[in-house]
Amino acid sequence: MNNRMRALALGLLGASAMAVPAFAVDLDITCRCVIGGVNSATAQWLEEKVIPAFEAANPDINVTLNQFGGEDAQLTQQLALDFSTGAGPDISAFDGFLIPAFAAGGQLKSLDELIGEEYANWEGWDHISDGIRSIMSYDGQTYGIGLGTDVRMIFLRKDLMEKAGLPADWQPASWADVLDAARKLKEAGVEAPLQLNAGVAMGEATTMQGYWMALLGTGEGVTDENGKFIVESQGILDVLNLYKTVYVDEGLGDQRAQLLADGRNRSFANFRDGKTAMLVEGDWFYRSVTAPGAEFAVEDRDNVMSWAKMPAQEPGAAIRDQDFVSISGGTGFVINPNTDTPMEAWKLLSFMMSQEQMTAFQEFQPGIRSRSDVAIPDNPFLTETSQTLLPLTTARPNDPNYNAVSQEIQRMTEAVVSGELSPEEAMAQYKAAVIGVVGEENTVSLL
Amino acid sequence: MTTEPLSTPPKRKARNFALLSNRAGAAFMLPAGLLVSVFVIIPFFWVIFVSFTNRTLIGPTALNPQFVGLGNYLALFDPATFFQRGQFGFSLILTTQFVLASALIGQALLGLLLAWLIQTVPAWVKRITETFVIAAWILPEVVIGFAWFAFLDYDNGTFNMLLESIGLPPGDFLLQQPFWVIVVFNTWRGAAFSMMLFNSAFSSIPPSYFQAADVAGASSWQKFRDIGLPLIRGHIVTDLILITMWTFNTFTPFLLTNGGPSYRTELVSIYNYRVAFQDFQFGKGAAVGVIMMLINLAFALVYLRLGRKKVPKS
Repeated sequence: MNNRMRALALGLLGASAMAVPAFAVDLDITCRCVIGGVNSATAQWLEEKVIPAFEAANPDINVTLNQFGGEDAQLTQQLALDFSTGAGPDISAFDGFLIPAFAAGGQLKSLDELIGEEYANWEGWDHISDGIRSIMSYDGQTYGIGLGTDVRMIFLRKDLMEKAGLPADWQPASWADVLDAARKLKEAGVEAPLQLNAGVAMGEATTMQGYWMALLGTGEGVTDENGKFIVESQGILDVLNLYKTVYVDEGLGDQRAQLLADGRNRSFANFRDGKTAMLVEGDWFYRSVTAPGAEFAVEDRDNVMSWAKMPAQEPGAAIRDQDFVSISGGTGFVINPNTDTPMEAWKLLSFMMSQEQMTAFQEFQPGIRSRSDVAIPDNPFLTETSQTLLPLTTARPNDPNYNAVSQEIQRMTEAVVSGELSPEEAMAQYKAAVIGVVGEENTVSLL
Repeated sequence: MTTEPLSTPPKRKARNFALLSNRAGAAFMLPAGLLVSVFVIIPFFWVIFVSFTNRTLIGPTALNPQFVGLGNYLALFDPATFFQRGQFGFSLILTTQFVLASALIGQALLGLLLAWLIQTVPAWVKRITETFVIAAWILPEVVIGFAWFAFLDYDNGTFNMLLESIGLPPGDFLLQQPFWVIVVFNTWRGAAFSMMLFNSAFSSIPPSYFQAADVAGASSWQKFRDIGLPLIRGHIVTDLILITMWTFNTFTPFLLTNGGPSYRTELVSIYNYRVAFQDFQFGKGAAVGVIMMLINLAFALVYLRLGRKKVPKS
């Protein structure tokens, strides 16, 4: 560039810098939330509480909420592409299990790198336990702030259980008990008694709410104690055979819901409409999906719905020799590494996660919050489940390859529930695929 | 323009900027050339380069991709997994069947039939038929994708309502027969092009040929076989090559089935999208892209060769 060109460029830069008034900072925030749709409470909380209060306190910052109505996997796809090309919202909702893959791929910057001292001095960290903080962390670095955590269980429809002659306080002790109950429900005329998520369309819900919940009951995990991915084992076969029994051999679940593109909503509708009596899901299902006013609201929820602990395959056979299992994850918010205004974005993020705003969120959707100074609302369901299940729970591996392996798990289960492959064939395909993703040296066979 | 400027020294020529000179031509080409190189040529070589690495969008190999040589290609053509569901070979075979069934048999034959039939019908019937067929072709893909999805839905779909209203059992087509659904869909969608092409081809045949045949007492089938078909042979070749290429690359069935259930409608274009943008494996996805480019190149070469060669008339 010659001098004249340089002067021109500088001049243009200067002019455009002057043209934008110094006080106008625009922040975008995205979540998979739509008022009146999915995660409506989150959208309402942001739109009605957080943004007005934040804008009042910071008149120089305008905040816009982008309501994303697609699937989880579609938002992941969008964020991966946005964050790698310098586009995207300043702040986004984010599922904790994706942090390692994004961080290792350079699509996220740690808060330390992005914000520095101000992040480290945030008052909130004193009220967030290390366990909760680790949900949004990888390799010793923190990448976002979590909203809270969750636990998983079997949701029950008491009215259908009664119809099938099952006790009001039904609690299975083994997979056999679950299957027996499903058979009784089927005999009593319940269309699709049991829902254990499978398939590609449900995305991470398949891995987390279906496969994991069964696999933990066999005493195994997706990785072994050295962090190697298990690609062949009796546990995997037992889980796949359980799927086969439920969806292929005995028709105890709605096979179509596992295969159709909108299967997850279909499975929610089945529960709402009394076609499914037992559904393995996270407490989000109670807090958000079936809550009054939601699309899949269960009428008279607190009398109709109850829950049971997910049993081990046989008593004592689960990981850590437990009789029952659960797995926890967590979601939160991250800052776009390419944001022009990281300090303002941090201001908003930490404001959202302040005690005042977190407490306000409880009014929209009560839950187990990340901050210890935000009380768990006086809700028997949340108190009981968190007290019972948090001591039993586990977490997914904090591994940058986990997301890719999880997709292979979804494919493996789909191959079985569609009846296209036998459990052995599906596991062989899974083995080949996972070796392709992580390399043979990071896998292990237990057969 | 005289020949004068040619004899002047080059220096002077440069000052007198002539609108028809090579230099001016080059200047006019420059903006377009820059755009083409930025958006076509560089990405072309970039994709070839990426296909030799294990680059991913997220995860450890996003920041530090390694050169894997022909690794991605060898993995795609690994004989142990080639024909498995969800693998490259499976979608390649599926695509071949899809092209045969929906493009060659479906679109070309239906288009030919429609074009022949509307030659003799009253003008208003011809216009209405053309309007409907072309509407299927020009409507935006997202709209028709959604419309077909709603049409075929098991629980509330229009098609099952129609079946039930005449006493037939409802069908779960998107789940049970996904391949045939996308074949019918693509035939419906693309028959318009063949119809228009053959329509104009038939119209170019002098009416006197058919009048003479009528006098000789030829049936409609004889006229079609002995007059219509031989005279539009060149058009048929053009049509087949073009729709083969388009159908090979089409992505629209994704809107109906997402490539599923269980990969049963995962055409190569959808396979490519899945590998690159759902699994985020850019290296492998680029390798699939390169193979697709080569296949398209082969189609294009055949097309260009046939286009240059004068098709012999029988």
